[in-house]
Amino acid sequence: MAVLIDERTRLLVQGLTGREGAFHARQAVEYGTNVVGGVTPGKGGTTHEGLPVFDTAAAAVRGTGADASVIFVPSAVAADAVMEAADAGVALVVCITEGIPTLDMMRALAFIGERDCRLIGPNCPGLISPGRAKAGIIPGHICREGRVGIVSKSGTLTYEAIHQLTRLGLGQTTCIGIGGDPLIGTSFIDALGLFEGDPATDAVVLIGEIGGAAEEEAAAYIRDHVRKPVIGFIAGQTAPPGRRMGHAGAIISGGQGTAAEKMAALSSAGVSVVGSPSDIGAAVAAAIPSAP
Amino acid sequence: MKIHEYQAKALLAGHGVAVPRGEPAFSAFEAGAIARRLGGRVVVKAQIHAGGRGKGGGVKAAADAADAERIAGEMLGMTLVTPQTGPGGRIVGRLFVEEALDVASELYLGVLVDRAAGRPVMMASAAGGMDIEAVAADTPELIHRIHVDPRLGLAPFQARRLAQAVGLSGGPARGAAALMGRAYAAFTAADASLVEINPLVVTAGGAVLALDAKVTLDDNALFRHADLAELRDPAEEEPLEIEASRHALNYIRLDGDIGCMVNGAGLAMATMDIIKVSGGEPANFLDVGGGADADQIRNAFRILLSDSQVRAVLINIFGGILRCDVLAAGVIAAVTELGVDVPVVIRMEGTNVDEGRRMLGGSGLNFTTADTMGEAARRVVEIARQASAP
Repeated sequence: MAVLIDERTRLLVQGLTGREGAFHARQAVEYGTNVVGGVTPGKGGTTHEGLPVFDTAAAAVRGTGADASVIFVPSAVAADAVMEAADAGVALVVCITEGIPTLDMMRALAFIGERDCRLIGPNCPGLISPGRAKAGIIPGHICREGRVGIVSKSGTLTYEAIHQLTRLGLGQTTCIGIGGDPLIGTSFIDALGLFEGDPATDAVVLIGEIGGAAEEEAAAYIRDHVRKPVIGFIAGQTAPPGRRMGHAGAIISGGQGTAAEKMAALSSAGVSVVGSPSDIGAAVAAAIPSAP
Repeated sequence: MKIHEYQAKALLAGHGVAVPRGEPAFSAFEAGAIARRLGGRVVVKAQIHAGGRGKGGGVKAAADAADAERIAGEMLGMTLVTPQTGPGGRIVGRLFVEEALDVASELYLGVLVDRAAGRPVMMASAAGGMDIEAVAADTPELIHRIHVDPRLGLAPFQARRLAQAVGLSGGPARGAAALMGRAYAAFTAADASLVEINPLVVTAGGAVLALDAKVTLDDNALFRHADLAELRDPAEEEPLEIEASRHALNYIRLDGDIGCMVNGAGLAMATMDIIKVSGGEPANFLDVGGGADADQIRNAFRILLSDSQVRAVLINIFGGILRCDVLAAGVIAAVTELGVDVPVVIRMEGTNVDEGRRMLGGSGLNFTTADTMGEAARRVVEIARQASAP
């Protein structure tokens, strides 16, 4: 089993005819994902990468029965694409695009909040259920089917964690990159709840970053609701205050959002917090008694 | 992107927020002339992108125009150290000369996006003119918050409620509520990530004005605000960081001696962390992004090595989209072309890693390769220590 996506997912690619969209659509198809079509305004009726292209998300959903969508459109129009997918009835929208204006995302979140839609991202690597399906840019070849769930604000640091697990023979149920922006659709708490309820997941890796209070909120949730072992790492222990470390959300302001506070909150909630990113895999192995 | 106080006030005034009369000055003579136009009694304020200016001597009252000119002469070119600048301080290159007001009371007003709630929050406090973070820590009950529905904007009744909560009544309450609506309008129109008015003052005559203003703009939205993008002050930024942004690289200079080149912000932060855990100090944060090419790798090297403190370089790349063979080619070309003479430790993983390693090994150049992040960090710390030994 897996969470959010699997072999039954019918995936749409918004921005299919762009360079990124086409490349990752091809990767997803090669991985075995059931990609059913794409959306590019003005190119409806054509085919791209062997997939039917539609002018609107609504037409694509009607034509293909898509229930998930992954977005690779430019940042200036990405929030609109999110709303379009939600309005078309897509239940899972994954927005890879980075650099979306915060106020655009704020309005989009208010819009999709009134619809039956889950957003992953934006500014994220998407998600993958190893051996089943992927929506986004996480390289399939570093993953392995198994029983560990991963939720992370980061992109390549998530790959690093996946790689460490795979090297130790620890496969994954689903790896979810929730993104490093100040406003995101799916939180740590949402993902933790999904993994806690998934019988195939034995342990969860949570990778946070400086900035905001999402890790502290996750810690409170874990204390009350998560019985499975959680292994945590927070990037940015050495980051200086007041500087935005790449991700728009990764900034320590007014002494809030430091790695030390987040690590302490997670530790006190029973999470095995590792200080070094190279120890993530070993900590998971230690947390799962039956692990190879 | 941060902007100066005088620019923030112009932006707010454009949306109807009342501000004292004032003009920016770039010389003492200009400051004197502005003071004369404003009637003599003015406040001379250093314009730097950091708060706490008053504590460092960057805000001074002048009795008349001659006094203003003298103060301006002392202030321009001075290194202003405030609690927010760090010990190095900032050199003052411009001033704001503003009419002096008879202030009856000082309040605080701020607008920003509440990440957890996913909507804007307006904050107001009767404890104005102080460090609001200290107020939040010591007397949180003095800060009043109202969340705004992003689709409706700040409702007038919400503004009235906030004005009342901070103890205003009558004319000043009406003035403050109107100003709140205008400040919120400025916040959304400019795609700001922060609008802060501290202090918001009520004058002896009952008028409500923004006596200080701080506006931070959302970098991601500057593409649709060409006029605001022009407000960037290069003197407030690290030259290497500006250079990096020109090449779509994200670089932040730090104090250590181990240069880092990494793809992805999270992995870049984690690499800094593991250097520290291994006993070293990172010289920078450098994210080359997900799809870096050979050209970007070369530029990244150049920027990294312009920092004379760098004694060793750690390259940590997890190649997903960025292939390891492309990375290796870029690194070899850059090291050869730039004549890099500091030791380089490379850890790469991911797509085409074997080919990449073969290329590095056969290059005849002095690379140290490592299989894991942990090993790479240990090696680079060791090498940097040897390099700095006398």
